[in-house]
Amino acid sequence: MANAISRAWGGMCEWFNERTPGLLPVYRKHMSEYYAPKNFNIWYYFGSLALLVLVNQIVTGIFLTMNYKPSAKEAFDSVEYIMRDVEWGWLIRYMHSTGASAFFIVVYLHMFRGLIYGSYQKPRELVWLLGMLIYLALMAEAFMGYVLPWGQMSFWGAKVIISLFGAIPVVGDQLVEWIMGDYLPADATLNRFFALHVVALPLVLLLLVVLHLAALHEVGSNNPDGVEIKKGPKGNRWDPHKPADGIPFHPYYTVKDLVGVGVFLIIVSLVIFFEPTVGGWFLEHDNFVEANRLVTPAHIKPVWYFTPYYAMLRVVPSKLGGVLVMFSAIALLFLMPWLDRSPVKSIRYRGWISKIALALFAFAFVWLGKIGAGPGTDPVETLIGRVLTFYYFVFFISMPLWTKIDATKPVPERVTMHD
Amino acid sequence: MIKQAMNKLGLVLVAVLAGSIPAFANEGGTLPPANTRPDNIPAVQRGARMFFNYCVGCHSLKYVRYSRIAEDLGLTEEQVMQNLNTTGGKFGEVVISSMPPADAQKWFGKAPPDLSLEARAKGPDWIYNYLKSFYVDPARPLGWNNSVFPNVSMPNVLWELQGTQAAAFEPKPKDAKGVDQACPHGQTEIEGKCLTGFSLVAAGSQSAQQFDETARDITAFLQYVGEPVALKREKLGLWVLAYLGLFTFLAYLLKREYWRDVH
Repeated sequence: MANAISRAWGGMCEWFNERTPGLLPVYRKHMSEYYAPKNFNIWYYFGSLALLVLVNQIVTGIFLTMNYKPSAKEAFDSVEYIMRDVEWGWLIRYMHSTGASAFFIVVYLHMFRGLIYGSYQKPRELVWLLGMLIYLALMAEAFMGYVLPWGQMSFWGAKVIISLFGAIPVVGDQLVEWIMGDYLPADATLNRFFALHVVALPLVLLLLVVLHLAALHEVGSNNPDGVEIKKGPKGNRWDPHKPADGIPFHPYYTVKDLVGVGVFLIIVSLVIFFEPTVGGWFLEHDNFVEANRLVTPAHIKPVWYFTPYYAMLRVVPSKLGGVLVMFSAIALLFLMPWLDRSPVKSIRYRGWISKIALALFAFAFVWLGKIGAGPGTDPVETLIGRVLTFYYFVFFISMPLWTKIDATKPVPERVTMHD
Repeated sequence: MIKQAMNKLGLVLVAVLAGSIPAFANEGGTLPPANTRPDNIPAVQRGARMFFNYCVGCHSLKYVRYSRIAEDLGLTEEQVMQNLNTTGGKFGEVVISSMPPADAQKWFGKAPPDLSLEARAKGPDWIYNYLKSFYVDPARPLGWNNSVFPNVSMPNVLWELQGTQAAAFEPKPKDAKGVDQACPHGQTEIEGKCLTGFSLVAAGSQSAQQFDETARDITAFLQYVGEPVALKREKLGLWVLAYLGLFTFLAYLLKREYWRDVH
């Protein structure tokens, strides 16, 4: 019996392989014969987790659109309808809202991994650039998604963020009207944001993710030692011509990532089932009040994942200046591969200047996030925000200098295993 | 060594984020806590009774069905329709106040808001303190004011139970140059004066302690109404966590088995 099934299965696979010449080679190239360094540590879980969250957002998003109404009159009611009357609607909505924040947590950690191990350095510049484009598309996707429930923070957040384009000289005001399709965020704005959120941007995101992975698998993965396994000795148990320090992605990293998935799901389940608003961080209190253009909330602030940039915008005294600072803060990240002049990749073999500079950078980013989430009325905090913003820029602009003069330790020939 | 340092840095970041959660949650200032739970079914049932006796005349719950209240609070259709439903709505319908919004606008200057999501927007502590903070104020059109929501249009509909409170004020403290300072900690500033406390000028049918419980019950009911699924969510969550714990353990064993030969 078992024999008959396996023969039928083998026959079917062969039938497909004869007719689809690309599939088996693709599976081999990206899974069973993609040789990844064997020394990945905890920081290497976040790539696969980002993919998991992307799938979660798409699947739960599809089910949400079945009951959500993209109109200013009905949007808020339809979200409550999903929360109360749709079977399992509350779970799907909380999975989507928690997934949005989880996406940014995972992506920020994934990006930080790239910074500490120099994963953007030659030959992975394109991997980094595509990743940054994903980050940009994700920010647009999250911003438009946040407008859809049409609560007070959806409305006022949209108004503040869209009005930033008004700081552009000459065309600013017309541009703001063109984006909103009205003089204020209104039905037209909600409708077009819905179209962009559920069709256009997910397509862009999926395409970029495919390119990001394709580019990565062309050059191969970096690792915590920053050692190029392709340049090291050849020959492993599976292939005499492949890197000695590489192991097949499947099954080794698929089973390892499964453990990461389990731990990650436990953490997000704690949020989804026990504290879905996370005290106003994932779902803001003011967004449980329907959008009202006559009532301005006391504190208008974006969701936590935008607050570091929002803090930069606020601490700069001029509006155009603030907008420029905010967008350059993101643009600078794109330049990482060319700003870093260090001869070594991993922080493990860099000197104390790099370690302190990077630690301070992470600290500044988190603290800016805290300032951006606050009311922004404390002058001392504004001053701190300015110092941190200044440091953020100094970190990047002086990077060619300090990465060059910083001492380095000799990089080993082979990767090292720590556990 | 570096790995450990990086892991520690990650922990510090998590700690910073976790530490700022309370700061964010308390942004409306500090109010004494309500300490209510929506899964305290008897309290929610008593609160429902109070709501349908005293509140639904003006306030709707436009997202809440009578049938859902029956199902979640363990009541029969008969109990809900006879003891709670005072609006004449059908069992499967949502709770809509019988007061016409246009009249409400005329009588109070502002239509009374729907309360379905009040607990989610303002928090249970706010509701609990608001209900207890009405005081007589002849300057207001209806003779009532509220220290948690100054110059609110709503009168104290629970005065029969609570009695009538009067507020005691003191002028704001001044510094050596005679410039006004902020009110001392724990005192609310209203119209340039500091509220020092309330005194009962006419007793109600409930003692202070009983009324405190009444305010808590209504708060618990509105908490339930804000998110009816909260009752089921946590119970289901335990099963999900148990499953994921087992899954992760098995995944770990699988990983260990596969990685046995990687050195």
